Amino acid sequence: MWAFINKLRSPKWFYAISARLQPWFWAAALILIVTGTIWGLAFAPADYQQGNSFRIIYVHVPAAFLAQSIFVSMAITGLVFMVWKIKIADMAATVMAPLGAAMTFIALFSGAVWGVPTWGTWWMWDARLTSMLILLFLYLGVIALRGAFSSRDSASRAASVLAMVGVINIPIIKYSVDWWYTLHQPATFTITGRVGMPMEMWLPLLIMVLGFYSFFIALVLTRTRSEILRRESNKHWVRELAEEVN
Amino acid sequence: MSLRLQAQSLACERDDRWLFRDLDLDIRAGEIVRVEGPNGSGKTTLLKILSGQLADYEGELFWSERPMREARESFLANLLYLGHAPGVKAALTPLENLAWYQALSGEKPSEAARFRALEEVGLVGFEDVPAGQLSAGQQRRVALARLILTPRALWVLDEPFTAIDRDGVAALERRLVEHARSGGCVLVTTHHELTPCAELRRIRLGGGGADDGI
Amino acid sequence: MTASENSLNRAAAALREEPGDGLAVAVWATLKRDLVLMLRRRSEVLNPLVFFALVITLFPIGISPDPALLAAIAPGLLWVAALLAALLSLDSLFRADYDDGSLEQLLLTPQPLALLALAKVAVHWLLTGLPLALMAPVLGIMLSLPAGSYVVLAISLALGSASLSLIGAIGAALTVGLSRGGVLLSLLVLPLYIPVLIFGAGAVQAAIFGDGVLAHLAILGALLALALSLAPLAIAASLRISING
Repeated sequence: MWAFINKLRSPKWFYAISARLQPWFWAAALILIVTGTIWGLAFAPADYQQGNSFRIIYVHVPAAFLAQSIFVSMAITGLVFMVWKIKIADMAATVMAPLGAAMTFIALFSGAVWGVPTWGTWWMWDARLTSMLILLFLYLGVIALRGAFSSRDSASRAASVLAMVGVINIPIIKYSVDWWYTLHQPATFTITGRVGMPMEMWLPLLIMVLGFYSFFIALVLTRTRSEILRRESNKHWVRELAEEVN
Repeated sequence: MSLRLQAQSLACERDDRWLFRDLDLDIRAGEIVRVEGPNGSGKTTLLKILSGQLADYEGELFWSERPMREARESFLANLLYLGHAPGVKAALTPLENLAWYQALSGEKPSEAARFRALEEVGLVGFEDVPAGQLSAGQQRRVALARLILTPRALWVLDEPFTAIDRDGVAALERRLVEHARSGGCVLVTTHHELTPCAELRRIRLGGGGADDGI
Repeated sequence: MTASENSLNRAAAALREEPGDGLAVAVWATLKRDLVLMLRRRSEVLNPLVFFALVITLFPIGISPDPALLAAIAPGLLWVAALLAALLSLDSLFRADYDDGSLEQLLLTPQPLALLALAKVAVHWLLTGLPLALMAPVLGIMLSLPAGSYVVLAISLALGSASLSLIGAIGAALTVGLSRGGVLLSLLVLPLYIPVLIFGAGAVQAAIFGDGVLAHLAILGALLALALSLAPLAIAASLRISING
């Protein structure tokens, strides 16, 4: 454990190890997403109530999953950065924030598109969509706070604290929004709040979720690598690397 | 337990620039240490690290031969830090300002001590005037009154002579020497040239590295 | 050098042990200092209250003076307006101390920073949240809030605004070192306010419909307990970050 943490202190080590890891994740992401998409769109049966429009689930649900997971990973990397002062963790957190915001936006947008055939409107104050919207604001807050500091060290610390505060609040926000929703609109049909989905429907969904996660890991690895090069550009090993390439 | 503040191979990197590296310090009772260097050489940062405000450094700090992490409470209990800003509330009178500092440092609240401290820094007659109506130099004197009000062994003073008139400067210099002679220790940055004396030692910063220039 | 000064300096040379029971004194002194400071600038205490009344005046003008409509939306309106009014005064919570250097000194006391910061937050609540809560019933009359919910409105605001002060102080501490922190502060803090808003406005709704008031207030209390135990730590950590910005 300690040996691993100490290795993480070295951006150079991470740069090397991630070079070996990232092709696997990119390949997995590609295969899973292509399989899931074809299966979900072409072979999975249509929903008996919603018809073909339910197929948006294959984008909406993985994006929503990822949106929440990325915030949690951002808080964890923030904690790691604060406790062990591991710069890699902060670099990963830096690249995760816009990615998470993008996923939240995709989940919101796909939810809105789904709303058109289901509710006949682009927006309903549905519990899930409302929580997603709040999550988007939380992401924007973290990104804005990071951008507001002139010193990068302070920016990293501040963003870490905010991510941790946010992650404690996310479950509270989620439950209170659910409570609020049942209190105000108890009878409305929710888009994804259903049980007993048949196997042929949720298996492609599972594949899509796994594909999205692989995509997330692959993208974070790749972007962290360029973040490493950017931040360590004055370090000896990066200059050597640049000379090799040239 | 004796007064001793040590730093071993202290280094501070701010946004990919080394302010100083491999800085070894050993500051003991009876010394006045003046940190020198051009603007931007990290004087204030060094003082902030040595006063325990910045944790963002490499190397080790020791207080009374104990690692700073363990000795932090005892260190803070013996430290008096005056920063760039005087820390004086404009809406409060000098007496009220000092009352807060007295309580904050765990001293017994004593109005007599506060009056005496203000008298020492030449603020007789201004005790009950809101600090906002005082001049910059007088506000600085209110802050300096803490040197008398709350006795502490280690003084860390960042530009304490700012805005002080000539008599005040002489008195403050005397006070620093007196503090060192009676077993205290002063760490100071200033643009003002201190009168050379046996207790005075200089540390030069700047140019990426630093040497302990005794 | 006078004799008295020499003796003082000799006392200085002896190293002090770690502080014992100075905590209560320090917290009390900080409470008292901040109260005095706020009361010397009364307009800063009054501004949020005036803002609250103004915003509440805007709604009937912007929507409709129809009492039935206003009564239906009054709980939410009152809560949202009070929340924004409390937010308005947050930016100055640590800023004055940051500007004049006393925040540095606060960070350098041997006492736990979290508790000293808590004292400052308590003053903010006493002079912002509590007056807003006491004033809300009067504005409730103007919005034809149904009878029987006035006490619940005041209690829910008093309880809820304490959580708002605590959560908001985290944002204020994070942005105190930034020259234009005001708008950013709202962006950081408002999403975190949503649970309090839901259960606060919910309590008033419940009072109107006649059931579930205690459940809402209990949850508000639980949120406050959580905020009280965690927020001071986050505030202290954030202040330490900001002071080095």
